[in-house]
Amino acid sequence: MPIAESEVTWVEEAKLGLWEQLYIPALIDGLKTTLSHMVSRKVTEQYPEQEPTMPLNYRGVHRLNRDANGRVKCVACYMCATACPAHCIDIVAAPAPAEWQKDGREKYPETFVIDELRCIYCGMCEEACPVDAIELTTLYDLTGFSREQMVFDKEKLLSVFDTTTQAGTDPVRTQAGKLSVASESPPEQK
Amino acid sequence: MPNFDITITAIVIVGLIGGILGVCGYLTLGERKISAWIQDRVGPNRVGPGGLLQPLADGGKFFLKEEVIPDHVDRVFYLLAPAVAVGTALLALAIVPFGSTTPAPEPVAITTPDAVATFDAQQKAYAESFNFVLAPGLDIGVLYIFALGSLAVYGAILAGWSANNKYSLLGSLRSSAQIVSYEIPLGLSVLGVFILVGSLNPEKIIAWQATPGGTPDPVLGSVTAWLRGIGLAVGNNWWLVLFQPLALLLFLASSYAESSRLPFDLPEAEQELIGGYHTEYSSLKLGLMLLTEYIHLVASSFMVAVLFLGGWSLFGLESISSNAIVAAVLKLLILCGKMVGLCVFAQLVRWTIPRFRFDQLMNLAWKVMIPLALLNLLAVIFVKQFGWSLIVLTGVNALLFFGAGVLGARSRGTITNPKRAVKKMPPGLPAGVTYAGR
Repeated sequence: MPIAESEVTWVEEAKLGLWEQLYIPALIDGLKTTLSHMVSRKVTEQYPEQEPTMPLNYRGVHRLNRDANGRVKCVACYMCATACPAHCIDIVAAPAPAEWQKDGREKYPETFVIDELRCIYCGMCEEACPVDAIELTTLYDLTGFSREQMVFDKEKLLSVFDTTTQAGTDPVRTQAGKLSVASESPPEQK
Repeated sequence: MPNFDITITAIVIVGLIGGILGVCGYLTLGERKISAWIQDRVGPNRVGPGGLLQPLADGGKFFLKEEVIPDHVDRVFYLLAPAVAVGTALLALAIVPFGSTTPAPEPVAITTPDAVATFDAQQKAYAESFNFVLAPGLDIGVLYIFALGSLAVYGAILAGWSANNKYSLLGSLRSSAQIVSYEIPLGLSVLGVFILVGSLNPEKIIAWQATPGGTPDPVLGSVTAWLRGIGLAVGNNWWLVLFQPLALLLFLASSYAESSRLPFDLPEAEQELIGGYHTEYSSLKLGLMLLTEYIHLVASSFMVAVLFLGGWSLFGLESISSNAIVAAVLKLLILCGKMVGLCVFAQLVRWTIPRFRFDQLMNLAWKVMIPLALLNLLAVIFVKQFGWSLIVLTGVNALLFFGAGVLGARSRGTITNPKRAVKKMPPGLPAGVTYAGR
């Protein structure tokens, strides 16, 4: 829709008075501003020494959650692998061990591999998971010496769960297939 | 003229160049630190305590970088340009006083008895005293700096032309236009100082401001006597900034333009010209080009301190000790402190004032600064001719300053940014249609 002429306002440049034309008062005003910033509190974070606290909904390295008995929660339904737009999840399913089957677990992942280099950290696996087994943590400084090191297998992903829950940085944040309140950023701390 | 001792002069040359280069290195650190603080950041703090060794790391990096000489450059001039730029900048420091100075004694009148013997004794005493200047007693003084200042533009022109690159050429064209334009207010603004003092010699200009002598001013003489009574060691005349504040303003602004610092950084203009005239330079040659700017800044800060701010004098602080060595060190510290203060001020100004457009830059020089400097010069000539009190000049300077402001406020637009007639859109044309070409 074109802009109607009645909607257009012509704005004239403000006319400078004597005070502005003298230039020096304006310069002194500017110097006051720059000087006040010079002595003000700095916003720099000294990164390696001082680590930032990430918001809880930050999408970093994956982890595989454990259930109350310490078993892997995943039921090898392939929904995360299907949802993944980068095709970085590779699951091989197997029949669950006999005592797991008493709890109604039919399948479990024999291997569960995520290529962290292919992953685009979109969080769709987390949303797709019906049993809240896969989650993204707030770990952001993911490094490795080779491509092979960056392909995380099941043990590695479970160990991420152990370390992050022990550190208390990442509580389990999905419940009953929905992102819980913990996945949202906490309200601004005043 | 004193007899120069070649060893002492050589030591002073080495010390001066080393000192100035060190100061320039730390000015780069200061620049980065001050920019960081103004932008609420911390600034470089990894090399050494608080980042204090950063200039060494930067310098070492300049040495170790690969030296790229593009095929399309004119090799002779390409290699010559950084040498010319740094050479002229460093040569200007030859006559800049950096500590205590005593001007050469005036020749005694031939009619006095023992005139020749007295003259010889004075000259001998002068030759034995040490002056903190590389070339003491040079009477063309400041003129020499202006001459070298206009030579400095060759560094930029040669660099831009020989690089055979359009960005470099644009940068050097801007640089030459800017430096040639700002030479004029730079020289005109201090002409008043030379007329008041009666000498171009920086040592004499300091002595005029800092030491007793000469005929007392008709109005200020009694004030001077009273100030001496309460223990302040003022010279017979005061700091020239009191009588020439407008000239100080003009000189400061033009010296920023001469060393192409912000807000007059059009020749280098990273925003528009990549690097301006030093686009094609790499490694140590780039380092020299960047160094030149800081040497200019240091030299012009020294000149402002000497010409307007009383050189090594600071309200009697310089004569607090009767020990000659302590006094010399004090004077050195005072003058260098003033220089550093002015450099820091330049760096504050850099982050305070927005850049000028090129036409605004030219308008500022030709339509504002040159007329003001000329009128100020006229006022100085009148005051000197009729022997009025120098305090008149302060009033005239203030009057000129406010007059220029009133003139600017009453004219259409502003002087630096003249208002062009804006064609209103004719009625009936659909809104949003561009009006260009009709």
